[in-house]
Amino acid sequence: MPHVSGTEEDLMKRLRERFPKAFTELGIPRPRVVRGVIDRKDLVEVCFYLKEELGYEHLSCITAVDWKDHFESVYHLYSYTTGTTAQLNAIIPHDDPKIDSLVKLWNAAHYHEREAWDLMGVVYEGNPKLERILLPKDFQYHPLRKDFPQETERQYISRRKLKTGGR
Amino acid sequence: MAEFWVNMGPQHPMTHGLWNMKVKIDGETITDAAPEIGYLHRGYEKIMEVREFQKNVVLTDRLCYVSSITWSHAYALACEKMMDITVPPRGQWIRVISLELQRIASHLMWLAAYGPDLGLLTGLLWALRERELFLDLIQLLSGARMNQNFPRIGGVRNDLPPDFDKYCAKITKHFREKLKEYHRLFHESKIFLMRTQGVGRISLADAINWGVTGPNLRACGLDVDLRRLEPYETYEEVDFEPQVWKGGDGGDSYARFMCRFNELEESCRIIEQAIKKVPSGAYRAKAPRRAEGEGFARTEDSRGEALFYVIGDGDDRPYRVKIRSPVFCTMAATPLMLRGNKMADVVSILGSVDVCVGEMDK
Repeated sequence: MPHVSGTEEDLMKRLRERFPKAFTELGIPRPRVVRGVIDRKDLVEVCFYLKEELGYEHLSCITAVDWKDHFESVYHLYSYTTGTTAQLNAIIPHDDPKIDSLVKLWNAAHYHEREAWDLMGVVYEGNPKLERILLPKDFQYHPLRKDFPQETERQYISRRKLKTGGR
Repeated sequence: MAEFWVNMGPQHPMTHGLWNMKVKIDGETITDAAPEIGYLHRGYEKIMEVREFQKNVVLTDRLCYVSSITWSHAYALACEKMMDITVPPRGQWIRVISLELQRIASHLMWLAAYGPDLGLLTGLLWALRERELFLDLIQLLSGARMNQNFPRIGGVRNDLPPDFDKYCAKITKHFREKLKEYHRLFHESKIFLMRTQGVGRISLADAINWGVTGPNLRACGLDVDLRRLEPYETYEEVDFEPQVWKGGDGGDSYARFMCRFNELEESCRIIEQAIKKVPSGAYRAKAPRRAEGEGFARTEDSRGEALFYVIGDGDDRPYRVKIRSPVFCTMAATPLMLRGNKMADVVSILGSVDVCVGEMDK
Protein backbone atom coordinates (compact mmCIF):
# COMPACT_ATOMS: atom_id res chain seq x y z
CA MET A 1 0.00 0.00 0.00
CA PRO A 2 1.69 3.23 -1.09
CA HIS A 3 1.60 6.07 1.34
CA VAL A 4 -0.83 8.77 0.20
CA SER A 5 0.84 12.07 0.93
CA GLY A 6 -1.28 14.71 2.58
CA THR A 7 -3.48 12.25 4.48
CA GLU A 8 -2.34 13.65 7.81
CA GLU A 9 -2.95 17.27 6.85
CA ASP A 10 -6.35 16.35 5.48
CA LEU A 11 -7.29 14.57 8.69
CA MET A 12 -6.11 17.53 10.76
CA LYS A 13 -8.16 19.93 8.69
CA ARG A 14 -11.30 17.83 8.96
CA LEU A 15 -10.94 17.44 12.71
CA ARG A 16 -10.41 21.18 13.14
CA GLU A 17 -13.48 21.99 11.07
CA ARG A 18 -15.71 19.47 12.76
CA PHE A 19 -14.51 20.08 16.35
CA PRO A 20 -13.24 23.66 16.47
CA LYS A 21 -13.10 23.74 20.26
CA ALA A 22 -12.36 20.17 21.29
CA PHE A 23 -8.65 19.99 20.55
CA THR A 24 -6.23 21.78 22.83
CA GLU A 25 -3.34 20.42 20.79
CA LEU A 26 -3.27 18.95 17.30
CA GLY A 27 -0.18 18.13 15.31
CA ILE A 28 1.79 15.70 13.17
CA PRO A 29 4.72 14.44 15.23
CA ARG A 30 5.83 11.99 12.54
CA PRO A 31 4.68 10.98 9.09
CA ARG A 32 1.53 8.83 9.20
CA VAL A 33 0.67 9.96 12.73
CA VAL A 34 -1.76 12.64 13.87
CA ARG A 35 -1.74 13.42 17.56
CA GLY A 36 -4.50 15.32 19.32
CA VAL A 37 -5.14 16.22 22.95
CA ILE A 38 -8.77 16.45 24.02
CA ASP A 39 -10.81 16.67 27.16
CA ARG A 40 -12.56 13.52 28.36
CA LYS A 41 -16.06 14.80 27.59
CA ASP A 42 -15.38 15.01 23.84
CA LEU A 43 -13.89 11.56 23.51
CA VAL A 44 -16.85 9.50 22.32
CA GLU A 45 -17.95 12.12 19.80
CA VAL A 46 -14.49 12.43 18.26
CA CYS A 47 -14.04 8.67 18.14
CA PHE A 48 -17.46 8.18 16.57
CA TYR A 49 -16.58 10.69 13.86
CA LEU A 50 -13.20 9.07 13.24
CA LYS A 51 -14.65 5.60 13.04
CA GLU A 52 -17.86 6.12 11.13
CA GLU A 53 -16.91 8.89 8.73
CA LEU A 54 -13.15 8.74 8.29
CA GLY A 55 -12.68 4.98 8.36
CA TYR A 56 -10.46 4.59 11.42
CA GLU A 57 -11.91 1.16 12.00
CA HIS A 58 -9.23 -0.45 14.12
CA LEU A 59 -8.87 0.42 17.79
CA SER A 60 -5.33 -0.67 18.33
CA CYS A 61 -4.58 0.19 21.89
CA ILE A 62 -5.82 1.98 25.02
CA THR A 63 -3.16 3.17 27.43
CA ALA A 64 -3.67 4.88 30.76
CA VAL A 65 -0.84 7.14 31.92
CA ASP A 66 -0.39 8.59 35.38
CA TRP A 67 1.10 12.09 35.15
CA LYS A 68 0.88 12.61 38.94
CA ASP A 69 -1.32 15.72 38.58
CA HIS A 70 -3.66 14.17 36.02
CA PHE A 71 -4.34 10.95 34.17
CA GLU A 72 -4.32 10.46 30.46
CA SER A 73 -6.10 7.82 28.47
CA VAL A 74 -4.35 7.38 25.15
CA TYR A 75 -6.14 5.86 22.16
CA HIS A 76 -4.39 4.63 19.05
CA LEU A 77 -6.81 4.39 16.15
CA TYR A 78 -5.70 2.96 12.87
CA SER A 79 -7.03 3.16 9.34
CA TYR A 80 -6.55 0.02 7.28
CA THR A 81 -7.11 1.91 4.05
CA THR A 82 -4.55 4.71 4.42
CA GLY A 83 -2.19 3.23 7.00
CA THR A 84 -2.31 6.30 9.21
CA THR A 85 -2.70 6.45 12.96
CA ALA A 86 -4.80 8.90 14.95
CA GLN A 87 -3.56 9.20 18.51
CA LEU A 88 -5.95 10.79 20.98
CA ASN A 89 -4.81 11.77 24.44
CA ALA A 90 -7.82 12.34 26.68
CA ILE A 91 -7.13 14.31 29.84
CA ILE A 92 -8.66 13.00 33.08
CA PRO A 93 -8.42 14.82 36.43
CA HIS A 94 -6.53 12.95 39.12
CA ASP A 95 -9.15 13.22 41.84
CA ASP A 96 -11.96 11.93 39.62
CA PRO A 97 -10.47 9.21 37.38
CA LYS A 98 -13.47 8.49 35.18
CA ILE A 99 -13.95 8.49 31.42
CA ASP A 100 -16.62 7.24 29.04
CA SER A 101 -16.16 3.78 27.67
CA LEU A 102 -15.78 3.02 23.97
CA VAL A 103 -17.32 -0.47 24.03
CA LYS A 104 -20.29 0.73 22.01
CA LEU A 105 -17.98 1.63 19.12
CA TRP A 106 -15.37 -1.10 19.38
CA ASN A 107 -15.75 -4.43 21.12
CA ALA A 108 -11.96 -4.48 21.32
CA ALA A 109 -12.28 -1.85 24.04
CA HIS A 110 -13.65 -4.47 26.45
CA TYR A 111 -10.28 -5.99 27.24
CA HIS A 112 -8.19 -2.85 26.84
CA GLU A 113 -10.34 -0.92 29.29
CA ARG A 114 -10.43 -3.79 31.74
CA GLU A 115 -6.65 -3.93 31.66
CA ALA A 116 -6.28 -0.18 32.05
CA TRP A 117 -8.63 -0.17 35.02
CA ASP A 118 -6.94 -3.18 36.53
CA LEU A 119 -3.45 -1.71 36.39
CA MET A 120 -4.09 2.03 36.57
CA GLY A 121 -7.46 2.45 38.23
CA VAL A 122 -9.10 4.64 35.61
CA VAL A 123 -12.83 3.90 35.61
CA TYR A 124 -14.33 3.46 32.14
CA GLU A 125 -17.97 4.29 32.62
CA GLY A 126 -20.23 2.08 30.56
CA ASN A 127 -17.94 -0.93 30.36
CA PRO A 128 -20.18 -3.82 31.44
CA LYS A 129 -17.45 -5.95 32.96
CA LEU A 130 -14.83 -3.80 34.63
CA GLU A 131 -13.11 -6.54 36.60
CA ARG A 132 -9.59 -7.65 37.33
CA ILE A 133 -8.14 -9.32 34.28
CA LEU A 134 -4.39 -9.75 34.81
CA LEU A 135 -4.16 -9.42 38.58
CA PRO A 136 -5.80 -11.68 41.18
CA LYS A 137 -9.44 -10.95 41.95
CA ASP A 138 -8.78 -9.98 45.57
CA PHE A 139 -5.97 -7.55 44.74
CA GLN A 140 -6.50 -4.18 46.39
CA TYR A 141 -4.32 -1.75 44.46
CA HIS A 142 -3.67 -0.37 40.98
CA PRO A 143 0.04 -1.03 40.62
CA LEU A 144 0.93 1.14 37.62
CA ARG A 145 0.11 4.32 39.50
CA LYS A 146 3.15 6.30 40.41
CA ASP A 147 2.36 6.25 44.13
CA PHE A 148 2.48 2.46 44.18
CA PRO A 149 5.84 1.55 45.70
CA GLN A 150 8.49 0.31 43.32
CA GLU A 151 12.16 -0.42 43.77
CA THR A 152 13.78 2.91 42.95
CA GLU A 153 17.43 2.10 43.53
CA ARG A 154 19.05 -0.60 41.51
CA GLN A 155 20.83 -3.22 43.51
CA TYR A 156 24.50 -2.35 43.42
CA ILE A 157 27.02 -5.16 43.60
CA SER A 158 30.61 -4.04 43.94
CA ARG A 159 33.42 -5.75 42.07
CA ARG A 160 35.02 -6.88 45.29
CA LYS A 161 31.84 -8.54 46.33
CA LEU A 162 31.64 -10.34 43.00
CA LYS A 163 35.24 -11.55 43.25
CA THR A 164 35.08 -12.73 46.83
CA GLY A 165 31.58 -14.06 46.64
CA GLY A 166 30.21 -11.63 49.22
CA ARG A 167 32.85 -12.09 51.89
CA MET B 1 -29.57 -31.87 30.73
CA ALA B 2 -28.94 -28.29 31.76
CA GLU B 3 -26.03 -26.26 30.45
CA PHE B 4 -22.91 -26.22 32.54
CA TRP B 5 -19.41 -24.77 32.53
CA VAL B 6 -16.31 -26.85 31.83
CA ASN B 7 -12.79 -25.65 32.52
CA MET B 8 -10.36 -26.24 29.65
CA GLY B 9 -7.26 -25.45 31.66
CA PRO B 10 -5.23 -24.12 33.38
CA GLN B 11 -3.64 -27.57 33.15
CA HIS B 12 -4.73 -28.90 29.81
CA PRO B 13 -2.61 -30.07 26.87
CA MET B 14 -4.52 -27.66 24.62
CA THR B 15 -3.45 -24.50 26.40
CA HIS B 16 0.28 -24.58 25.56
CA GLY B 17 0.97 -22.46 28.56
CA LEU B 18 -0.97 -21.43 31.60
CA TRP B 19 -4.43 -20.05 31.04
CA ASN B 20 -7.97 -21.23 31.31
CA MET B 21 -10.75 -21.36 28.77
CA LYS B 22 -14.11 -21.84 30.41
CA VAL B 23 -16.70 -23.17 28.00
CA LYS B 24 -20.41 -23.50 28.63
CA ILE B 25 -21.79 -26.57 26.94
CA ASP B 26 -25.23 -27.81 26.10
CA GLY B 27 -24.68 -31.46 25.39
CA GLU B 28 -21.76 -31.28 22.96
CA THR B 29 -22.40 -27.78 21.64
CA ILE B 30 -20.65 -24.73 23.03
CA THR B 31 -23.08 -21.97 23.93
CA ASP B 32 -20.67 -19.57 25.59
CA ALA B 33 -17.02 -19.22 26.47
CA ALA B 34 -14.96 -17.07 28.79
CA PRO B 35 -11.17 -16.93 28.72
CA GLU B 36 -9.49 -16.53 32.06
CA ILE B 37 -6.00 -15.11 31.81
CA GLY B 38 -3.39 -13.54 34.03
CA TYR B 39 -1.70 -16.61 35.46
CA LEU B 40 1.62 -15.49 34.03
CA HIS B 41 1.42 -11.79 34.79
CA ARG B 42 4.86 -10.54 35.77
CA GLY B 43 4.23 -6.80 35.86
CA TYR B 44 6.44 -5.99 32.89
CA GLU B 45 5.15 -2.48 32.41
CA LYS B 46 6.02 -1.66 36.01
CA ILE B 47 9.47 -3.21 36.19
CA MET B 48 10.45 -1.58 32.90
CA GLU B 49 9.96 1.80 34.50
CA VAL B 50 12.98 1.37 36.77
CA ARG B 51 15.37 -0.06 34.23
CA GLU B 52 17.36 1.91 31.73
CA PHE B 53 16.15 2.08 28.13
CA GLN B 54 18.81 -0.20 26.74
CA LYS B 55 18.53 -2.76 29.52
CA ASN B 56 14.83 -3.32 28.94
CA VAL B 57 15.69 -5.28 25.81
CA VAL B 58 16.53 -8.20 28.09
CA LEU B 59 13.01 -8.07 29.47
CA THR B 60 11.20 -7.68 26.17
CA ASP B 61 13.01 -10.78 24.92
CA ARG B 62 11.15 -12.77 27.51
CA LEU B 63 7.73 -11.47 26.55
CA CYS B 64 7.42 -14.37 24.17
CA TYR B 65 10.21 -16.86 24.29
CA VAL B 66 9.46 -18.33 20.88
CA SER B 67 9.70 -14.99 19.12
CA SER B 68 12.10 -12.92 21.18
CA ILE B 69 13.71 -10.89 18.41
CA THR B 70 10.45 -9.56 17.02
CA TRP B 71 9.38 -8.29 20.44
CA SER B 72 12.70 -6.68 21.30
CA HIS B 73 12.71 -5.14 17.86
CA ALA B 74 9.29 -3.57 18.41
CA TYR B 75 10.51 -2.06 21.66
CA ALA B 76 13.73 -0.78 20.09
CA LEU B 77 11.77 0.74 17.22
CA ALA B 78 9.46 2.61 19.59
CA CYS B 79 12.45 3.95 21.53
CA GLU B 80 14.12 5.03 18.30
CA LYS B 81 11.03 6.97 17.28
CA MET B 82 10.99 8.67 20.66
CA MET B 83 14.71 9.49 20.55
CA ASP B 84 14.45 10.43 16.87
CA ILE B 85 17.38 8.38 15.65
CA THR B 86 17.63 6.31 12.51
CA VAL B 87 19.33 2.97 12.15
CA PRO B 88 22.08 2.70 9.50
CA PRO B 89 21.02 0.71 6.40
CA ARG B 90 23.16 -2.30 7.26
CA GLY B 91 21.57 -2.47 10.70
CA GLN B 92 18.12 -2.32 9.15
CA TRP B 93 18.85 -5.17 6.75
CA ILE B 94 20.33 -7.32 9.51
CA ARG B 95 17.16 -6.66 11.47
CA VAL B 96 14.98 -7.77 8.59
CA ILE B 97 16.96 -11.01 8.29
CA SER B 98 16.82 -11.74 12.00
CA LEU B 99 13.11 -10.89 12.18
CA GLU B 100 12.23 -13.28 9.40
CA LEU B 101 14.40 -16.05 10.82
CA GLN B 102 12.59 -15.57 14.09
CA ARG B 103 9.21 -15.56 12.38
CA ILE B 104 9.93 -18.90 10.75
CA ALA B 105 11.14 -20.35 14.05
CA SER B 106 8.00 -19.08 15.76
CA HIS B 107 5.63 -20.37 13.10
CA LEU B 108 7.34 -23.76 13.16
CA MET B 109 6.85 -23.91 16.91
CA TRP B 110 3.17 -23.22 16.31
CA LEU B 111 3.02 -25.93 13.64
CA ALA B 112 4.73 -28.32 16.01
CA ALA B 113 2.06 -27.62 18.59
CA TYR B 114 -0.89 -27.65 16.21
CA GLY B 115 -0.09 -31.00 14.61
CA PRO B 116 -0.28 -33.15 17.75
CA ASP B 117 -3.29 -31.12 18.91
CA LEU B 118 -5.17 -32.73 16.06
CA GLY B 119 -3.56 -36.13 16.30
CA LEU B 120 -0.79 -35.60 13.76
CA LEU B 121 2.28 -36.37 15.79
CA THR B 122 4.51 -36.35 12.72
CA GLY B 123 3.86 -32.61 12.50
CA LEU B 124 5.56 -32.11 15.84
CA LEU B 125 8.64 -34.09 14.95
CA TRP B 126 9.09 -32.63 11.49
CA ALA B 127 8.49 -29.03 12.46
CA LEU B 128 10.86 -29.19 15.41
CA ARG B 129 13.49 -30.83 13.24
CA GLU B 130 13.46 -27.94 10.77
CA ARG B 131 13.10 -25.35 13.51
CA GLU B 132 16.45 -26.48 14.83
CA LEU B 133 18.09 -25.39 11.57
CA PHE B 134 16.72 -21.90 11.92
CA LEU B 135 17.69 -21.78 15.57
CA ASP B 136 21.19 -22.71 14.44
CA LEU B 137 21.19 -19.72 12.10
CA ILE B 138 19.98 -17.45 14.88
CA GLN B 139 22.62 -18.87 17.15
CA LEU B 140 25.26 -18.17 14.54
CA LEU B 141 24.02 -14.62 14.30
CA SER B 142 23.47 -13.79 17.94
CA GLY B 143 25.11 -16.48 20.02
CA ALA B 144 21.97 -17.90 21.61
CA ARG B 145 19.21 -20.22 20.57
CA MET B 146 16.54 -18.44 22.57
CA ASN B 147 16.23 -15.10 24.36
CA GLN B 148 18.85 -13.68 22.04
CA ASN B 149 19.06 -10.11 23.37
CA PHE B 150 19.97 -9.15 19.82
CA PRO B 151 18.26 -5.89 18.76
CA ARG B 152 19.61 -2.71 20.26
CA ILE B 153 18.17 0.79 20.36
CA GLY B 154 19.91 2.22 17.31
CA GLY B 155 20.69 -1.02 15.52
CA VAL B 156 21.67 -4.56 16.35
CA ARG B 157 24.24 -5.96 18.74
CA ASN B 158 26.70 -7.45 16.30
CA ASP B 159 27.47 -7.74 12.65
CA LEU B 160 26.70 -10.71 10.43
CA PRO B 161 29.14 -13.58 10.97
CA PRO B 162 31.33 -14.60 8.01
CA ASP B 163 29.67 -16.76 5.34
CA PHE B 164 26.26 -16.15 6.86
CA ASP B 165 24.71 -15.67 3.42
CA LYS B 166 25.87 -19.12 2.33
CA TYR B 167 24.42 -20.81 5.39
CA CYS B 168 21.16 -18.92 4.94
CA ALA B 169 20.86 -19.84 1.28
CA LYS B 170 21.61 -23.48 2.04
CA ILE B 171 19.06 -23.77 4.80
CA THR B 172 16.26 -21.87 3.07
CA LYS B 173 16.73 -24.02 -0.04
CA HIS B 174 16.55 -27.16 2.07
CA PHE B 175 13.55 -25.84 3.96
CA ARG B 176 11.61 -25.03 0.80
CA GLU B 177 11.99 -28.63 -0.28
CA LYS B 178 10.73 -29.76 3.09
CA LEU B 179 7.77 -27.39 2.93
CA LYS B 180 6.37 -29.37 0.01
CA GLU B 181 6.49 -32.47 2.17
CA TYR B 182 4.77 -30.58 4.99
CA HIS B 183 2.06 -29.49 2.62
CA ARG B 184 1.41 -33.06 1.59
CA LEU B 185 1.55 -34.28 5.17
CA PHE B 186 -1.18 -31.93 6.30
CA HIS B 187 -3.32 -32.03 3.17
CA GLU B 188 -3.35 -35.76 2.71
CA SER B 189 -4.47 -36.22 6.28
CA LYS B 190 -8.23 -36.39 6.03
CA ILE B 191 -8.65 -36.10 9.76
CA PHE B 192 -6.74 -32.84 9.82
CA LEU B 193 -8.88 -31.33 7.06
CA MET B 194 -12.11 -32.51 8.62
CA ARG B 195 -11.24 -31.04 11.97
CA THR B 196 -10.17 -27.64 10.65
CA GLN B 197 -12.32 -26.77 7.64
CA GLY B 198 -15.43 -24.80 8.50
CA VAL B 199 -14.64 -24.78 12.20
CA GLY B 200 -14.30 -21.67 14.36
CA ARG B 201 -15.51 -19.14 11.86
CA ILE B 202 -15.33 -15.41 12.57
CA SER B 203 -16.63 -12.79 10.17
CA LEU B 204 -14.42 -10.02 8.85
CA ALA B 205 -16.47 -7.24 10.43
CA ASP B 206 -16.34 -8.95 13.82
CA ALA B 207 -12.63 -9.59 13.51
CA ILE B 208 -11.88 -5.92 12.86
CA ASN B 209 -14.24 -4.75 15.56
CA TRP B 210 -12.74 -7.05 18.18
CA GLY B 211 -9.19 -6.07 17.28
CA VAL B 212 -8.03 -9.34 15.76
CA THR B 213 -4.82 -8.73 13.81
CA GLY B 214 -2.10 -10.48 11.89
CA PRO B 215 -2.55 -13.87 10.25
CA ASN B 216 -5.86 -14.34 12.03
CA LEU B 217 -7.25 -11.23 10.33
CA ARG B 218 -5.73 -12.07 6.98
CA ALA B 219 -7.50 -15.42 7.22
CA CYS B 220 -10.77 -13.46 7.01
CA GLY B 221 -9.71 -12.14 3.63
CA LEU B 222 -8.50 -8.64 4.42
CA ASP B 223 -5.14 -7.74 2.91
CA VAL B 224 -3.53 -6.16 5.95
CA ASP B 225 0.14 -6.67 6.55
CA LEU B 226 1.92 -3.93 8.45
CA ARG B 227 5.15 -4.76 6.66
CA ARG B 228 3.37 -3.61 3.51
CA LEU B 229 0.84 -1.11 4.86
CA GLU B 230 3.16 0.86 7.10
CA PRO B 231 6.65 -0.36 6.17
CA TYR B 232 9.31 -0.23 8.82
CA GLU B 233 13.01 -1.03 8.39
CA THR B 234 13.62 -1.97 4.75
CA TYR B 235 10.52 -4.00 4.00
CA GLU B 236 9.66 -1.49 1.28
CA GLU B 237 12.56 -2.71 -0.83
CA VAL B 238 11.73 -6.38 -0.47
CA ASP B 239 9.41 -8.12 -2.88
CA PHE B 240 6.98 -10.32 -1.03
CA GLU B 241 3.31 -11.19 -1.05
CA PRO B 242 1.29 -10.82 2.16
CA GLN B 243 -0.47 -14.11 2.74
CA VAL B 244 -4.22 -13.56 2.57
CA TRP B 245 -6.95 -16.17 2.44
CA LYS B 246 -8.34 -15.90 -1.08
CA GLY B 247 -10.71 -18.85 -1.10
CA GLY B 248 -13.67 -16.75 0.01
CA ASP B 249 -15.79 -17.55 3.04
CA GLY B 250 -12.70 -17.69 5.20
CA GLY B 251 -12.07 -16.99 8.85
CA ASP B 252 -12.10 -20.63 9.93
CA SER B 253 -9.33 -22.69 11.48
CA TYR B 254 -8.18 -23.93 8.10
CA ALA B 255 -7.82 -20.40 6.68
CA ARG B 256 -5.77 -19.37 9.70
CA PHE B 257 -3.65 -22.46 9.25
CA MET B 258 -3.06 -21.73 5.58
CA CYS B 259 -2.13 -18.07 6.15
CA ARG B 260 0.52 -19.01 8.68
CA PHE B 261 1.72 -21.96 6.70
CA ASN B 262 2.21 -19.90 3.53
CA GLU B 263 4.03 -17.23 5.51
CA LEU B 264 6.82 -19.75 6.09
CA GLU B 265 7.67 -19.75 2.42
CA GLU B 266 7.22 -16.00 2.12
CA SER B 267 9.67 -15.42 4.95
CA CYS B 268 12.18 -17.62 3.14
CA ARG B 269 11.78 -15.39 0.10
CA ILE B 270 12.42 -12.28 2.18
CA ILE B 271 15.55 -13.78 3.74
CA GLU B 272 16.93 -14.80 0.37
CA GLN B 273 16.47 -11.30 -1.01
CA ALA B 274 17.65 -9.51 2.11
CA ILE B 275 20.85 -11.47 2.40
CA LYS B 276 21.85 -10.31 -1.09
CA LYS B 277 20.99 -6.68 -0.46
CA VAL B 278 22.87 -6.08 2.79
CA PRO B 279 25.12 -3.05 2.17
CA SER B 280 28.40 -2.48 3.97
CA GLY B 281 28.80 0.15 6.65
CA ALA B 282 27.84 0.64 10.24
CA TYR B 283 25.23 -1.58 11.81
CA ARG B 284 24.48 0.45 14.90
CA ALA B 285 23.92 4.13 15.63
CA LYS B 286 24.64 5.71 18.95
CA ALA B 287 21.55 6.13 21.06
CA PRO B 288 21.26 8.84 23.70
CA ARG B 289 21.11 7.73 27.32
CA ARG B 290 18.29 10.04 28.28
CA ALA B 291 15.20 10.86 26.30
CA GLU B 292 12.14 12.99 26.54
CA GLY B 293 8.93 12.72 24.58
CA GLU B 294 6.83 9.85 23.39
CA GLY B 295 7.00 7.36 20.63
CA PHE B 296 5.12 4.32 19.50
CA ALA B 297 5.85 1.65 16.95
CA ARG B 298 3.68 -1.06 15.55
CA THR B 299 5.17 -4.06 13.88
CA GLU B 300 3.91 -7.22 12.29
CA ASP B 301 4.76 -9.75 14.94
CA SER B 302 4.44 -13.48 14.25
CA ARG B 303 1.03 -13.42 15.92
CA GLY B 304 -0.33 -10.06 14.85
CA GLU B 305 0.15 -6.42 15.49
CA ALA B 306 2.60 -5.62 18.27
CA LEU B 307 2.59 -2.07 19.55
CA PHE B 308 4.94 -0.45 22.00
CA TYR B 309 4.14 2.97 23.37
CA VAL B 310 7.07 4.48 25.26
CA ILE B 311 7.09 7.77 27.17
CA GLY B 312 10.29 9.35 28.48
CA ASP B 313 10.44 12.24 30.90
CA GLY B 314 14.10 13.20 30.45
CA ASP B 315 15.43 10.47 32.71
CA ASP B 316 17.44 7.48 31.55
CA ARG B 317 14.47 5.22 32.22
CA PRO B 318 11.07 5.17 30.54
CA TYR B 319 8.28 6.95 32.37
CA ARG B 320 5.66 4.60 31.02
CA VAL B 321 5.74 1.65 28.68
CA LYS B 322 2.64 0.13 27.18
CA ILE B 323 2.71 -3.24 25.47
CA ARG B 324 -0.07 -4.09 23.07
CA SER B 325 -0.08 -7.81 22.72
CA PRO B 326 -1.85 -9.29 19.69
CA VAL B 327 -2.82 -12.47 21.52
CA PHE B 328 -4.42 -10.48 24.33
CA CYS B 329 -6.78 -8.86 21.83
CA THR B 330 -7.43 -12.04 19.87
CA MET B 331 -8.31 -13.76 23.12
CA ALA B 332 -11.21 -11.33 23.55
CA ALA B 333 -12.63 -12.58 20.25
CA THR B 334 -12.25 -16.32 20.89
CA PRO B 335 -15.77 -16.71 22.39
CA LEU B 336 -17.14 -15.63 19.00
CA MET B 337 -15.14 -18.31 17.24
CA LEU B 338 -16.13 -20.96 19.76
CA ARG B 339 -19.90 -20.43 20.00
CA GLY B 340 -21.94 -22.99 18.11
CA ASN B 341 -19.06 -25.40 17.63
CA LYS B 342 -18.60 -28.75 19.28
CA MET B 343 -16.68 -29.31 22.46
CA ALA B 344 -14.05 -31.34 20.62
CA ASP B 345 -13.30 -28.41 18.29
CA VAL B 346 -11.99 -26.16 21.07
CA VAL B 347 -8.53 -27.63 20.54
CA SER B 348 -8.66 -27.09 16.80
CA ILE B 349 -9.85 -23.48 17.11
CA LEU B 350 -7.55 -22.27 19.86
CA GLY B 351 -4.59 -24.06 18.35
CA SER B 352 -5.06 -22.17 15.10
CA VAL B 353 -5.08 -18.82 16.93
CA ASP B 354 -1.49 -19.42 18.10
CA VAL B 355 -1.61 -18.42 21.74
CA CYS B 356 1.54 -17.33 23.50
CA VAL B 357 0.87 -16.80 27.17
CA GLY B 358 4.01 -14.83 27.92
CA GLU B 359 3.01 -11.88 25.80
CA MET B 360 -0.67 -12.18 26.61
CA ASP B 361 -0.21 -11.81 30.35
CA LYS B 362 2.79 -9.47 30.25
